[in-house]
Amino acid sequence: MRNAFANAFYELAKNDRRIYLVVADITAAAGVASFQKESPERFLNVGVAEQMMIGMCAGLALRGCIPFAYTIATFTIYRPFEQVRVDCAYQNLAVKLVGVGAGVNYSTLGGTHHAQEDVAIMSAVPNMTVLAPCDPAETALVTRESIRVPGPVYLRLGKAGEPDLTSAADPFRFGKIRFIKHGADACFLAYGPITKMALDVAARLERENKKSCAVVSVHSLKPLDEDGLRQVLSQFPAVIVLEEHAPTGGLGPRVKELAWDIAAPCKLKSFSLKDEFIHVYGSHADLLKAHGLEAGLIYEDVCRFAFASN
Amino acid sequence: MANPHFDAATSRERCRRFRKRILDISQTVGALHIAPAFSCLELVDTVYFGLMNRSGNPESDDTFILSKGHGSLAQFVTLEELGILPSEQLENYCKPGWPLATHPDYGTPGIEASTGSLGHGLGLAVGMAYADKMNGKDRDIYLVLSDGELMEGSVWEALMVAPSFGITRIVALVDLNDFQSLGQTSKILPNFYPMLEKIRAFGWEAVEVDGHDSQAIYNAVTRRNKTRPMVLLGKTTKGKGVTYMENVPVWHYRSPNPEEYRQAVKQIEES
Repeated sequence: MRNAFANAFYELAKNDRRIYLVVADITAAAGVASFQKESPERFLNVGVAEQMMIGMCAGLALRGCIPFAYTIATFTIYRPFEQVRVDCAYQNLAVKLVGVGAGVNYSTLGGTHHAQEDVAIMSAVPNMTVLAPCDPAETALVTRESIRVPGPVYLRLGKAGEPDLTSAADPFRFGKIRFIKHGADACFLAYGPITKMALDVAARLERENKKSCAVVSVHSLKPLDEDGLRQVLSQFPAVIVLEEHAPTGGLGPRVKELAWDIAAPCKLKSFSLKDEFIHVYGSHADLLKAHGLEAGLIYEDVCRFAFASN
Repeated sequence: MANPHFDAATSRERCRRFRKRILDISQTVGALHIAPAFSCLELVDTVYFGLMNRSGNPESDDTFILSKGHGSLAQFVTLEELGILPSEQLENYCKPGWPLATHPDYGTPGIEASTGSLGHGLGLAVGMAYADKMNGKDRDIYLVLSDGELMEGSVWEALMVAPSFGITRIVALVDLNDFQSLGQTSKILPNFYPMLEKIRAFGWEAVEVDGHDSQAIYNAVTRRNKTRPMVLLGKTTKGKGVTYMENVPVWHYRSPNPEEYRQAVKQIEES
């Protein structure tokens, strides 16, 4: 995903001299490396100084530039949170905040590097747009769209090696939910790399239970495509939210609010990270499993709650 | 380009009027930052009337950011004097339904950045100055910071980065009144000092002058070497001009009662 971002960024920045990349001693490879080589004056490494990174971006934006701040998600938004809130959001400036390795992606680096409540925090900030693409191709699309957003954007990315999930998806419409697989018996709502797990569970339900399951990528968490989600809640007998995020303030609670407001007739369940800092390590998948997010566990749970009577 | 006709006596007279105007406003609201505004009035006045290029062209005019946003009344009365901020807004300062509040907000006429939380202005200025440099703009960015603000780590990040990035067009004036909200800085944090040497060590030109002496401020800034960004430490008195407010922490945010108001006005008028 970070390479997909880097390459999309390169294409944008090549033709638009308003675009800058400001980093705090962590950078991307691929297109960003080319950008750094070709336009060193627009690649700014402020050092291990995240408040400076965001403040500088806001200053550039006050002069009409379109700066991207780029580092590990926790350092993009937590360390300099007041600069994010006051400099970028309060002044409604076109700063793009790129957070790499969100969720528990940096598994063995521990809680200091886990952005597991970022969607809640960033969604609560007025003027902020929160985007979380599900695969490299969607990352490129969302990156391109982000520069058309006049205010601040938080771009929540995975890391590396994410598979392509959207080659057979419906066309991408910015800000709208996107079916990456159609179905009739249940619908999975997800965002970010964990969308792959939703697809795996959906495939098994089809294979073993003969249930046809849709999977939707909700790449825009703020603004949320409420109309699209209401339709899902009205049309499907079962809706399952799967997110690599704390149980508070993410997509699950928002979907449940919408469901309540329209008295949705569907069964509805959400799966998220636990409200815990987990002190066991391993791979990204190991960390997700420790939080209860694993395809087999979710499959069994969905069978029980959605299809038990069948 | 600095104003070659800047005159310290006229500046003194303006600041006397500004102090009176701020005292008048104090009688219409419950609480406001009078002492922080009185502390930095000469710094703000000298920037606007002596140092800034203000021809009315937003592409080339110098920029001013009041990084110590709580001194906003000093900037508001200046902007009113310049005809940039409508008097009607100042008359309705902090009133329901009106936009002018205790801290400067981006979007208010003459306000180029939202401040109020300390430690933000210099980072913004570095970004603005870098963009100006890239876009070939010939303009300076002036800021007024409080000394308490220099306790914020973000200020030191910006102090480190600006000269490292070859930025020269920032002039940061520090209102060095040796008071923070809860008391005297030299007693609370003795190792805050010496300041001049710290700033020089970060690669800035730095000078210290009497922050209530407009001529001294003007001279120091106009004679800067321009190969590096500059910090001017203006030694000031918090609450300057009203004896009972001077260096008394409660006046950071208190509003005078009618008797105190009369006393203060009398002192200002006789000064």
